[in-house]
Amino acid sequence: MAQYEAVIGLEVHVELKTNTKIFCHSGTEFGADPNHHVCPVCLGLPGVLPVVNKKVVEHAIKAGLALNCQIAAFSKFDRKNYYYPDLPKNYQISQYDLPIAEHGCLEINVNGADKRIGITRVHMEEDAGKLVHQGTISTTPYSLVDYNRTGVPLIEIVSEPDMRSADEAVAYLEKLKAIIQYTGVSDCKMQEGSLRCDANISVRPVGQAELGTKAEIKNMNSFKALHKAVSYEIERQIEVLEDGEKVVQETRTWDEAQGETLSMRSKEEAHDYRYFPDPDLAPMVIARDWVEEIRAGLPELPDERRERFVSAYSLPEYDATVLTGTRELADYYEQCVELYNNPKLVSNWVMGDLARMMNISGQEIKNVRISPAQLAKMLELLDNGTISGKIAKTVFEEMFNTGKDPGQVIEEKELVQISDAGLIDKVVVEVIAANPKSVEDYRAGKEKAIGFLVGQVMKLTKGKANPGLVNELLKIKLDK
Amino acid sequence: MQLHYLTAHQLHDMLVSKQISAEELTRAVFDRIEQVEEKIRAYVTLTQERALNYARLVDKARLAGEALPLMAGIPVAIKDNMCTKGVRTTCASKILYNYIPPYNATVIERLNEARTVMVGKTNLDEFAMGSSCENSAFFTTCNPWDTNRVPGGSSGGSAAAVAAGETILALGSDTGGSIRQPASFCGVVGMKPTYGAVSRYGLVAYASSLDQIGPFARDVTDCAMLLNVICGHDPLDSTSVPYDVPDYTAFLTGDVKGVKIGVPREYMGEGIDPAVKEVIKKAIDVYTGLGVVVEETTLPHTEYALPAYYLIAPAEASSNLARYDGVRYGYRAKDAGDLVDMFMQTRSEGFGAEVKRRIMLGTYALSAGYYDAYYNKALKVRTLIKTDFDRAFEQFDLLLGPTAPVTSFKRGEKVDDPLQMYMVDICTLAVNLAGIPAISIPAGIVDNLPVGLQLIGRPFGEGDILRAAHAFEQNTDYHCKLPE
Ligand SMILES: [Zn+2]
Repeated sequence: MAQYEAVIGLEVHVELKTNTKIFCHSGTEFGADPNHHVCPVCLGLPGVLPVVNKKVVEHAIKAGLALNCQIAAFSKFDRKNYYYPDLPKNYQISQYDLPIAEHGCLEINVNGADKRIGITRVHMEEDAGKLVHQGTISTTPYSLVDYNRTGVPLIEIVSEPDMRSADEAVAYLEKLKAIIQYTGVSDCKMQEGSLRCDANISVRPVGQAELGTKAEIKNMNSFKALHKAVSYEIERQIEVLEDGEKVVQETRTWDEAQGETLSMRSKEEAHDYRYFPDPDLAPMVIARDWVEEIRAGLPELPDERRERFVSAYSLPEYDATVLTGTRELADYYEQCVELYNNPKLVSNWVMGDLARMMNISGQEIKNVRISPAQLAKMLELLDNGTISGKIAKTVFEEMFNTGKDPGQVIEEKELVQISDAGLIDKVVVEVIAANPKSVEDYRAGKEKAIGFLVGQVMKLTKGKANPGLVNELLKIKLDK
Repeated sequence: MQLHYLTAHQLHDMLVSKQISAEELTRAVFDRIEQVEEKIRAYVTLTQERALNYARLVDKARLAGEALPLMAGIPVAIKDNMCTKGVRTTCASKILYNYIPPYNATVIERLNEARTVMVGKTNLDEFAMGSSCENSAFFTTCNPWDTNRVPGGSSGGSAAAVAAGETILALGSDTGGSIRQPASFCGVVGMKPTYGAVSRYGLVAYASSLDQIGPFARDVTDCAMLLNVICGHDPLDSTSVPYDVPDYTAFLTGDVKGVKIGVPREYMGEGIDPAVKEVIKKAIDVYTGLGVVVEETTLPHTEYALPAYYLIAPAEASSNLARYDGVRYGYRAKDAGDLVDMFMQTRSEGFGAEVKRRIMLGTYALSAGYYDAYYNKALKVRTLIKTDFDRAFEQFDLLLGPTAPVTSFKRGEKVDDPLQMYMVDICTLAVNLAGIPAISIPAGIVDNLPVGLQLIGRPFGEGDILRAAHAFEQNTDYHCKLPE
């Protein structure tokens, strides 16, 4: 049996975060009532004209620079012509042969190996609206259209066919998402559709230079779906070839429920989009000093920040990678370290208890109620012995759930560690009196018996006694 | 005294001196409409109540001593492809027969600020595609000089309305000659400004890179005054050019001594009616007499203007008109089975033959495999045509020739022969491809039909064109001739 190699390229649509749409002044806010964010321009009424939102071009340039692209000196918009009711003009304003950015790349790391994935182009375009059916599209008696999203600015980022596995595809998309999020030009929320991904997949025998016939896979709405769909499609195409048949060039859709890709349309049925330059929008001359100004304003990007975390905080590579996964998480971490200078301990808490609680509650870092300052304060209290390590976990959970200060939680729940030797001594005396058997065992040389006695003291103090002090005081009494 | 046949600048003086009121003027125009509209059929929609209300407001303001703009109270007719808030805008198409825009075109906003009075919306060839008004889905407008003949097109309604005294001024749009050719046929002044001089926002697009709104008037002074109102940068139109709009009436000095005018031999060759040629030769004599240097010149790529135009304009139209699908507004086919059915039936029933012809032509020109051979080649020709003009303007201040190769033809004469119809625009098309300004002014009468003289200028050279046009007018009386 021949060995096969998959060749994967991704086309990623990213919704840009702007107050207004790409060609008009309508708002872009997600979740408004249907047809609320519309005006004559984005509804494509007779006679209207588009005027490009400069912020969109700036964002696209920013994304292009973050992806190591060359920014075009001369760029233009084109019309992509096709009929669909969610497209009010029956053409989409997009970019065809002169995209805003080209020839970029990003680095991924899969199983410890670094790999560079090429980025062919980044171009700007307008989003379409949304059809609302009763039931399914094939049985609905009529469909309604919501044009809120029509004209929301998008960039499409097209990769080179440089990926060879589902893992690499996911790593690429994760990295792309992180980079775009770092630049602040998009939220990249797959659930809300502000990050969408299509995959071009082909397979070929290992060693063959020529590319196999590709299929385009659509409708993958999560990283998991991307991984499953790509894996499935690779297997499917290998099977087709193994059966001595040919892969058909077509568009396929990922069916999440069935866990398989299904044919949507063949190459013959593909649209002829009749691209041509949009005569309503003058071509853009992109001033070099503007590009440099945008470049100068770029924030530190994930790779740089990871390297800095390793060198400046002496963090392990793994910690640095996780912590710099999103700009918000990295910011959170750094704000905390600034207030509590023990980078590794902060990292343990952020990657440990914080990540665990976020996971359980399904929250994102920016919505977390416990602030970096509160976490730093709690770590200080742990440090100075006000609370024990065990109690800290309880305090942390309460802080996470309520957003209260650690001091308040400790007070309300009476969780202050008892470090008063007099108080503990009283309990120690009680415990020794009540457990003559264990005392005897200990004195007979069974040193382990002290563990039981410590446990008893902790129990009576509701876990608040300073464990070190308990041990010490018990030993003094028992060794007499 | 026939108010409806006076010029805007005459009427302005009478309004200011309170000899007449704006309401009286508006009533006079509507009386005239009452009298002749049955024969002319210039208007798709009349807005009499609205007009009288506007006029009364102007009178009230004047009585109150308010400072009013120059054009306050002057009636203006609007070609029915410019959006008017609350007033039906049909493009003379079945597909928009019931469409009422929720916004005003920028030119309408400017006319409102100038306190002009809109008379109504004038007839045109459907979506401005045609040269005779016979492509209107509703009815054909007649030429006031001979009602058996066409007024020209596509802005035939506006031209006929001005010629027949059914308005004082009008706006048209010119994509390949749609203002100048009907102006020539109807014996009025019509000007296509430089591409980018007047905002296209709210002008229902036919061919976006060629469309330009411009004035119709009875004389050059009125034309300059209306141009003053509508020109200027508009942030809502990315193709509108930021430039300092001069006072165009300031160019009307009568002095053209030493001006150099070129006469492209291509505009005086075969295919031009000899009688039309004679009129142009006489016009040249008038200019020579005024101290103008007139010489023959050449625009070598002129013969390619028509094929280039009929690829570029339909290509853009095929995309611009895609939005008329029955989903959101306008005509929707009844009893369509499914979505694709609805699209196809709506468009089959809603568009007329010429519109469909151009949509098909344009769709073909942009198709995969044909794009380079047709659309792209047409763009290259367009560049060559621009270069022709650039070269000519290195030597000359203006170019001169006939506006149309013929005078108005009979209704029905060319409807079955699209190519013959297209040929009527051979003198005007190249100007749109080059994006430069040009005017048509009355220059003679042949067999009781007016003949237009075209003057073409440099980009944003409207002032020079108007100066020369005005000088001609000062020394001739063709602009005073009225249809019977
Ligand atoms: Zn809008």
